[in-house]
Amino acid sequence: MKYIDEFRDGDVARKIGERLRAEADPARQYSFMEFCGGHTHAISRYGVRELLPPNVRMIHGPGCPVCVLPIGRVDMAIKLALEHDVIVCTYGDTMRVPASDNLSLTKAKARGGDIRMVYSATDALTIARDNPGREVVFFAIGFETTTPPTALAILRAQREGLKNFSVLCCHVLTPSAITHILESPEVRQYGTVPIDGFIGPAHVSIVIGAAPYEHFAEEYRKPVVIAGFEPLDVMQAILMLVRQVNEGRAHVENEFTRAVDRDGNLAAQQKVSEVFELRPSFEWRGLGEVPYSALKIRPAFAEFDAERRFDVGYKPVADNKACECGAILRGVKKPTDCKIFGTVCTPENPVGSCMVSSEGACAAHYAYGRFKDILVKVSA
Amino acid sequence: MNARDNSTGGTVRAGYVRPLDIRNGRIDMGHGAGGRAAAQLIDEIFLAAFDNPFLRQGNDGASLAIPQGSRLVMATDAHVISPLFFPGGDIGALSVHGTVNDVAMMGATPLYLSASFILEEGFPLADLKRIVQSMAAAAREAGVAVVTGDTKVVEQGKGDGVFISTTGVGVVPHGIDVSGANARPGDVILLSGTVGDHGVAVLSQRESLEFETTIVSDTAALNGLVADMLAVCPAIRTLRDPTRGGLATTLNEIAGQSGVGMLLDEAAIPVKPEVDAACELLGLDSLYVANEGKLVAIVSADQADAVLAAMRAHPRGVDAARIGVVQADTHHFVQMNTRFGGRRVVDWLSGEQLPRIC
Repeated sequence: MKYIDEFRDGDVARKIGERLRAEADPARQYSFMEFCGGHTHAISRYGVRELLPPNVRMIHGPGCPVCVLPIGRVDMAIKLALEHDVIVCTYGDTMRVPASDNLSLTKAKARGGDIRMVYSATDALTIARDNPGREVVFFAIGFETTTPPTALAILRAQREGLKNFSVLCCHVLTPSAITHILESPEVRQYGTVPIDGFIGPAHVSIVIGAAPYEHFAEEYRKPVVIAGFEPLDVMQAILMLVRQVNEGRAHVENEFTRAVDRDGNLAAQQKVSEVFELRPSFEWRGLGEVPYSALKIRPAFAEFDAERRFDVGYKPVADNKACECGAILRGVKKPTDCKIFGTVCTPENPVGSCMVSSEGACAAHYAYGRFKDILVKVSA
Repeated sequence: MNARDNSTGGTVRAGYVRPLDIRNGRIDMGHGAGGRAAAQLIDEIFLAAFDNPFLRQGNDGASLAIPQGSRLVMATDAHVISPLFFPGGDIGALSVHGTVNDVAMMGATPLYLSASFILEEGFPLADLKRIVQSMAAAAREAGVAVVTGDTKVVEQGKGDGVFISTTGVGVVPHGIDVSGANARPGDVILLSGTVGDHGVAVLSQRESLEFETTIVSDTAALNGLVADMLAVCPAIRTLRDPTRGGLATTLNEIAGQSGVGMLLDEAAIPVKPEVDAACELLGLDSLYVANEGKLVAIVSADQADAVLAAMRAHPRGVDAARIGVVQADTHHFVQMNTRFGGRRVVDWLSGEQLPRIC
């Protein structure tokens, strides 16, 4: 595949690996957080970690959209389908997120809920047009990448005068999540999570641009390198981070210049701010309540807001006690530190959300990296 | 079977039954009631297409002679697919290929099939006829006969047009022992061609997902290929067709059954560029996408070249490749050296393969 294979070239990867080994100071440890699940997936699927020097450690961040979705929000969608006879439409991965009462959207579908997987918000609009007698709710999740399409769907529904379409808005914001991690006691005070820098989001940055990260680099003295989702992007970004650390710099650099500029997609940003406004607070799975970290639908579009349209109040639900997803999402623990990883909690029966999507730290490690744990155990 | 008088003549005579209106007719509950309508459906659609001495006897079952000195192999497969017609095939051809291949993967020569149909009220007779004729053509091509069958009708909304369940019977000559439990460390893993064609061809036709592609399903009977392979190497250890769950799932099954691990070479696994691109677009992994005309063979290292050559000489195996080796591993992991230079586990498919959103 032209324009993709170039970024998966093994020979180039080996060369970057050699440069990394030459430039990384053996006397110190480097810990970088890749914020996005897309990066986590690329690192695991292509075996990137094997090509890194042993003193460069990658910490999986909270940027997996379904991983940070709290149980209470999935419960709302399930309630809409099972109790309000609504057609609930959502993106693929969301179907399997564990909710209360051992349910998930997939299991609620098996109990008779009309729940449909869609590839885009526009597909949900089509379903609404095709089913004028039914209420259709688009269960909208994701970071800034998926927000503009939701905004467009709402604008279009308004223009067409669609009366049976609304959105359960769970869109969250990347910069506030990064701030939250940098402000967390583990990072700020105890130093238990030594983060030397961030691999900045790929697709999110296409929308919001590189500028929003300048604050972190400056305020927290952490370098940020925005990188694409291909494995060579990730390796190159790690090399750029190592260089910044070695030189004592903390700048925002852009590896993903083929798609990202400083300002981002202004047209998309304009649509988003037309339809959405900040929520004062939003619960993230694993991070808890994070101030100003999510969007809600503006009052002008109230008729398209499923939270206003249906009586499905939000009830926070605590995670399973044994589940370490919270600590894993903050980078405090690794998947293998969790007692139920790979035993009680597996991709077939995920207890925590990190096991649901292949972008989740636990699922990625389970699916692609598990053999390494065992080799370690055998030799120990 | 004899509800209709087969005599021909110019004037309407006693016993004349008006033929089915294939062009406009639809399945109704009467076609499943076991009366004259059911008999007519069988006669004009099924018997007309599958015609053979076993069916013509009109008995409740078929009486088959078992060749002396050979073992009998039996396999069954239910087919539900949406859409029913897809580029490169349809549910009819698929229902023959699926079962013929399951029998062939036991090292057997498939001989007979049974077929049962669950039809949904309202299903167009024209579609049914097209499906049944496609089944008959597939059976003829594979050299098997459909010797017994059944039809039931369910109310509208309780089926998805048509479900077809087929059972196949075949015979294994003395001295051939093919099983998923026979793989041993040091053996070589061969694959008969490109992966993911069927799954991507079907996905491209789904209502919510239609995209333009030239990819066609690989659905095909593999008994001819298997026969050629066994002719050069009767000691083939394992044969399996990587259908649902794809190559990754099939290899994990074999690893578990045989109690071994595997190491694959990603660069050696053939994938059509257009399948690769569609998977990229849809967020799927071609190793987990279904195939309906491919097989995996595990053979001892010293026989690998001969078997590979036999595969490549057969039209169904021109793209055959050596994709990895069997190795000792108490954890039965299927691992893969990635094209990128790393190594990873190729795990079982969990749940349905769902597209990633980010």
